Amino acid sequence: MMTLLQVKDMQTFIEQYHILQGVTMDVTPGEITVLFGRNGAGKTTTLRSIMGLQPASKGSIHWKGESIERLATYQIARKGIGYVPEDQSMFYDLTVGETMRIAMRRQDDRTMERQEWILNVFPDLRTFWNRKTGLLSGGQKQMMAIARAYVNDNDLLLIDEPSKGLAPIMVEKLMQSIEMMKAKTTVLLVEQNFFMAQTIGDRYYMMDEGKIVHQGSMQELRNNGEIRRKYLGIA
Amino acid sequence: MDGVINLLVNGLATGMLVFLLAVGLTLIFGLMSVLNFGHGGLFAWGAYGGVWLYGVTGSFVAALIGAVVIGMALGWMMERWVIRPVYGNHVQQILVTLGVMLVLSEMLKVVWSPNPLKADVPPLLSGSWEIGSVILIKYRLFVIVIGLLVFLAVQLVLKKTKIGLIVRAGVMNKEMVQALGIHIRTIFTLVFMVGAGLAALGGALLAPYSGVIFSEMGMQFAILAFIVVVIGGMGSIQGSMLAAILVGLSGSFLAYYLPELSLAGNMLLMVIVLLIKPSGLFGAKG
Repeated sequence: MMTLLQVKDMQTFIEQYHILQGVTMDVTPGEITVLFGRNGAGKTTTLRSIMGLQPASKGSIHWKGESIERLATYQIARKGIGYVPEDQSMFYDLTVGETMRIAMRRQDDRTMERQEWILNVFPDLRTFWNRKTGLLSGGQKQMMAIARAYVNDNDLLLIDEPSKGLAPIMVEKLMQSIEMMKAKTTVLLVEQNFFMAQTIGDRYYMMDEGKIVHQGSMQELRNNGEIRRKYLGIA
Repeated sequence: MDGVINLLVNGLATGMLVFLLAVGLTLIFGLMSVLNFGHGGLFAWGAYGGVWLYGVTGSFVAALIGAVVIGMALGWMMERWVIRPVYGNHVQQILVTLGVMLVLSEMLKVVWSPNPLKADVPPLLSGSWEIGSVILIKYRLFVIVIGLLVFLAVQLVLKKTKIGLIVRAGVMNKEMVQALGIHIRTIFTLVFMVGAGLAALGGALLAPYSGVIFSEMGMQFAILAFIVVVIGGMGSIQGSMLAAILVGLSGSFLAYYLPELSLAGNMLLMVIVLLIKPSGLFGAKG
């Protein structure tokens, strides 16, 4: 199957620290690929390097066969990659409606349809359309961040730890919504919550100390307690 | 009571002039994290450009529009060639923008004259209205109206247009704006040009107000504008408006009632506000 995103030997430094020490991974269209790993393994930096927010100093990133590692963040986003950061990065003084307005690169029928669809998935956003995003609850902020990335016709969403700091019921709801998106877009999901992510993921990559140490289908990870214990500390 | 009303009008008019200078400064700092000490130079160029254009065309409207165009053109050049190489480095920004301030100031002497220039109030706006025993100077009221109109226009653009929302979002989180596919550098340049244009408008309006302009006037007003931006909160337009009015009024009233405190008044105001709210009146950043 054609690869949507191909990362080869990506190395990233933050100041003098060698954070990513050769990340190689593929993202296949129509799947949910989950990137697992402990805190500090380099998962967030991997997403930020793909987006050009923390440019890689070595290695290559190919999007639909085209090299993108030297492009600016806005150019990468325009290629069709949406980003949901770990901290949600709300425009705290803008309302939900205003945030959706600036997120839309086009205001055509297709984009409006996508907005309708995501508002049906996250009805809270419709309810609080005129509320400043800084005043939303943690779960609603996460919905806002996902909706903001989804509303454009992106072929890939990079979602960074959406379950962080949320109640289990909210995490379950978010995972369900990400699974619903799978029919419309490909997802590269960073997660530490194995039990939730394994319910929706098709394939996984395991990161440790800035490298990919294991990869395979989610079924293989479900069956491999040793890897889970070693890298995630769970049985 | 008449004296109080006159002081009020004076204070508000001065406040509006400082606001025009501060509005660009606060947006430039809020969005681009750039400390632009050259902003006062644009104010002075607006004043000289306005006086010159008024002399050439005889039209005050053309003079104001021309001053804005001069300011925007200088702003574009400044952002493109001076500020862009020093994004992210405050020390370098202070040094190069102070250098720009000096160059702009000296260039005024070369282009026009090293001596102060006289600036006339246009006939339509000269004189005053007498309401009872209160004398209202027309030009000062005109300055207040222009200041309020600019404030409303900036608010309207920032709150109702997509470009305005992007600017506000950029002040809050530049990185995320880029991740949405928006070229923030273009927005930076645009904001810088608009800020420079408004500073130049402030200068062009100040010229007939003070009656005389001189090449160092930019620095004098830039200090006031920096005080206003700090009091109002970095990046906040409402904060700048309120702070500019406070600075204008305190300057006006202190100069009349406590002249020995008039120079220290603005600094005291800033100290009091910062002690109570370190991020400024409307500031979200620490």
